[in-house]
Amino acid sequence: MAGATLATAAVRQRVHWTDRTAHIALALLALALAAFLAGPLFAILAQSVEDAKGGFVGLENFTAYFATPALAQSLWNSVWTSLLVTAVVVPAAFTFAYAIARSCMPLKDLFRIMALTPLLAPSLLSAIAFIYWFGNQGVLKAWMQALGIDQIYGAPGIVLSQIFSVFPHALLILVTALSLADARLYEAADALGTSATRKFFTITLPGAKYGLASAAMVSFTLVITDFGIPKVIGGNFNVLSTDVFKLVIGQQDFQKGAVVAIFLLAPALLTFVVDRFVQRKQTSMLTARAVPYSPRPSRGFDLAMTAYCSLVLLLMLAVLGMAVFASFVKFWPYDLSFSLRHYVLGLVDNEAGAAFLNSLKLAFFTSVAGTAVVFAGAYLVEKTRGADWLRPGVQLLALLPMAVPGLVLGLGYIFFFNAPDNPLNFLYHTMAILVLCTIVHFYTTGHLTALTALKALDTEFESVSASLKVPFWKTFWRVTLPICTPALVDISRYFFINAMTTISAVVFLYSPDTLLISITILSLDEAGEPGAAAAMAVLIAAASLAACTVFLGIGRLIERRTQAWRTSK
Amino acid sequence: MAGSAEPFLRLEGIRKEFGAFTALRDIRLDVPQGEFVCFLGPSGCGKTTLLRIIAGLEEQSAGSIHQGGRDISALPPAQRDYGIVFQSYALFPNLTIFDNVAYGLVNRRAGRAAIVARVGELLQLVGLPDAGGKYPAQLSGGQQQRIALARALATSPGLLLLDEPLSALDAIVRVHLRQEIRALQQRLGVTTIMVTHDQEEALSMADRIVVMNQGVIDQIGTPLEIYREPATPFVADFVGKVNMLAATVESAGQVRIGLRSFAGAPCNGSAGRAVRAYLRPEDIVARPISEGDSNVIDSTIEKVEFLGSYCLVKVSAQGMEQQPLTVYLSLNFLSEQNLAAGSPLRLRVLAERMRIFEA
Repeated sequence: MAGATLATAAVRQRVHWTDRTAHIALALLALALAAFLAGPLFAILAQSVEDAKGGFVGLENFTAYFATPALAQSLWNSVWTSLLVTAVVVPAAFTFAYAIARSCMPLKDLFRIMALTPLLAPSLLSAIAFIYWFGNQGVLKAWMQALGIDQIYGAPGIVLSQIFSVFPHALLILVTALSLADARLYEAADALGTSATRKFFTITLPGAKYGLASAAMVSFTLVITDFGIPKVIGGNFNVLSTDVFKLVIGQQDFQKGAVVAIFLLAPALLTFVVDRFVQRKQTSMLTARAVPYSPRPSRGFDLAMTAYCSLVLLLMLAVLGMAVFASFVKFWPYDLSFSLRHYVLGLVDNEAGAAFLNSLKLAFFTSVAGTAVVFAGAYLVEKTRGADWLRPGVQLLALLPMAVPGLVLGLGYIFFFNAPDNPLNFLYHTMAILVLCTIVHFYTTGHLTALTALKALDTEFESVSASLKVPFWKTFWRVTLPICTPALVDISRYFFINAMTTISAVVFLYSPDTLLISITILSLDEAGEPGAAAAMAVLIAAASLAACTVFLGIGRLIERRTQAWRTSK
Repeated sequence: MAGSAEPFLRLEGIRKEFGAFTALRDIRLDVPQGEFVCFLGPSGCGKTTLLRIIAGLEEQSAGSIHQGGRDISALPPAQRDYGIVFQSYALFPNLTIFDNVAYGLVNRRAGRAAIVARVGELLQLVGLPDAGGKYPAQLSGGQQQRIALARALATSPGLLLLDEPLSALDAIVRVHLRQEIRALQQRLGVTTIMVTHDQEEALSMADRIVVMNQGVIDQIGTPLEIYREPATPFVADFVGKVNMLAATVESAGQVRIGLRSFAGAPCNGSAGRAVRAYLRPEDIVARPISEGDSNVIDSTIEKVEFLGSYCLVKVSAQGMEQQPLTVYLSLNFLSEQNLAAGSPLRLRVLAERMRIFEA
């Protein structure tokens, strides 16, 4: 009898105390993400259906929004400029990516790295540069007007600047998509005597379609949620992101601000959902047996590709170079002699020196704390056992930040942390909240990088450790962490550079004591000092570049110390 | 003695459900101390799941596990007593071979000298005494698997679990290593469970084989029992090659296949019953056949498949044309008799070796 009841009773394995430790850590991570991501987002949702006194008003704020013609116009402006930029950037970046992945163009790596340089500076650097090219005192203003465009301030400036700043993001996605090719498909096509055009339309394009969709949606989202560019070059052309700022900071109309934030959140959320779906498709296309494609030289084609990429880089250098040049001239456009006046003006007279130090501090703390949290979090989700009810929630919260525009996150932080009854209210206006917000803002990319690195490890390491009675953290420390150091360096660099260049989230959260260099660009520009604004943007780019070099050095050093086993034969 | 009758490992009523899918149902198994047991079955039969349940890496939905008299049903892996080797080796790539083997020893706070001695002993045991300073990537697959074995044995566990340890290796290394693992296991006397889908591996290594199919155990027996006396059609078909023949019982010991009757088959009465007769190719012989032998059939060779020292020969027997037979003939015999496709061939069926199953 006893045996029979024993056999039918449900069995639950006792939890080992080391596993219990992992569960507690995982729960803490879930709590932190709830407090610093879910809470602020919920605050926005709540704010959008309340009146100024906090009473529930249903969708009244939304109807009021559409009843304001100027605001409804902004929605349309945002949508069409974003669509236009996407329509230009995706084909342009696809061609560039195709040249890198599928041609024998010389100096490929150089081309690729150069094309990614806009990532080092805040997006509004391009807007400043375009003002110098086509603005009221622009070099080529007459050319532009000859084309029938009256002035750069407004839609033309926004579209041009966005094309420039979004290009590298689309390029990164498309290079990855085009690199994932199976050479055997092309060999089979060749054996059947297929023409190059037919191969392109039947193999290449279908193979990259998910990458194209992803690039298009990322471009659209980046443009519609960007704040710096329309602020600097938008003139009287209103878009959603500038509206949010005006409504919240200018008019203190939190409810309408929350409504606009939700409009910004919607396309990003949609992109996020579609992108997750697309990613799954993309990775499953390439099996472990695939043979990597390597292009064969073809003179005419390679030459055409080189010409195209050179043209793109030339345009890019014209934009970047103009910003650098303008930051060093004495008095645009009358006295073009070399001067450090703008740097002095910015750093000394406008206290940007302190802001620069603040930015470095922010970048450093974000990089260190962010990498630690993100990697530990990814490890807990991917490699520990038990507490399965907790994992999907943590995974969702880790992926969600990608779908939350910086402006929306920043706004949510105001609503959430500025509330007097929030026990975390003490964080408001501190460096800590800037660090936390920036970590959350850029959490997803770091998380995905860490997950990819962890998934490449044998799934049985933890099982072996348990059988040898070694607690999981020891294996984490001795095996997992050393193997993953290249990914750790990537993640910390990503956090550092984004913390240096970000504007959108932190613009709502800084205090006089925690002013950031990227934000001083906005105030300098507003104060009619575009030269100093350019100088500060260049300074950020220089700092990012220096950081990249340092990270590269650290990476090499670590690689030599921890990755010896990879090469030794 | 009552103590010696107690099995080292006892599984009772193990069940595993993944949602609506039942991966294992009512698994009962006793493994005595020192035995080498193979879980054999096609992929998806639940054999790996069962091994992982024994290891505590999966939770059973129901059932109990006792090891060495201790109820380990609800214990986490770290509190059980076993060493495990995976198909992927799972060696830590950034640690040297020495550190890999010492991994579980270091945690037991053994002295440095004791660890060095123990690792040396283990490397000697698996035949790689000089590998200590190398990294896993510098070793071949077979060598890596030996190191994984050494690591699993380092802490002298009471139970060794092997999850398809040889299937990632190429054929020659595999055959070599399976004899080595078997010899090692016998020398150490460690109770061992190995999961495999390779019947040859199971037949050549195991003391007992547990044949599994669709989440249940079809048969437990020695390799010879499994091969000679398969308990179910599945076992007969899965282990070794077999002629599967539709037959009718004529009387006790007498079956008819096609128009031919065979005497001496292991079946009981109730005439006219349709059954399936399973007959191994080697149980149809070409010599010796003498005058007056029963169960002799005349056939024609249809096809000869050359496999090296022996050939797989497909024949069509008189009166059994609907069901061609496969027999093994040595290459020498075929050339001596000058046999090829189309040649006549006289064969004798060892009807007493047939396995008769209900149709």
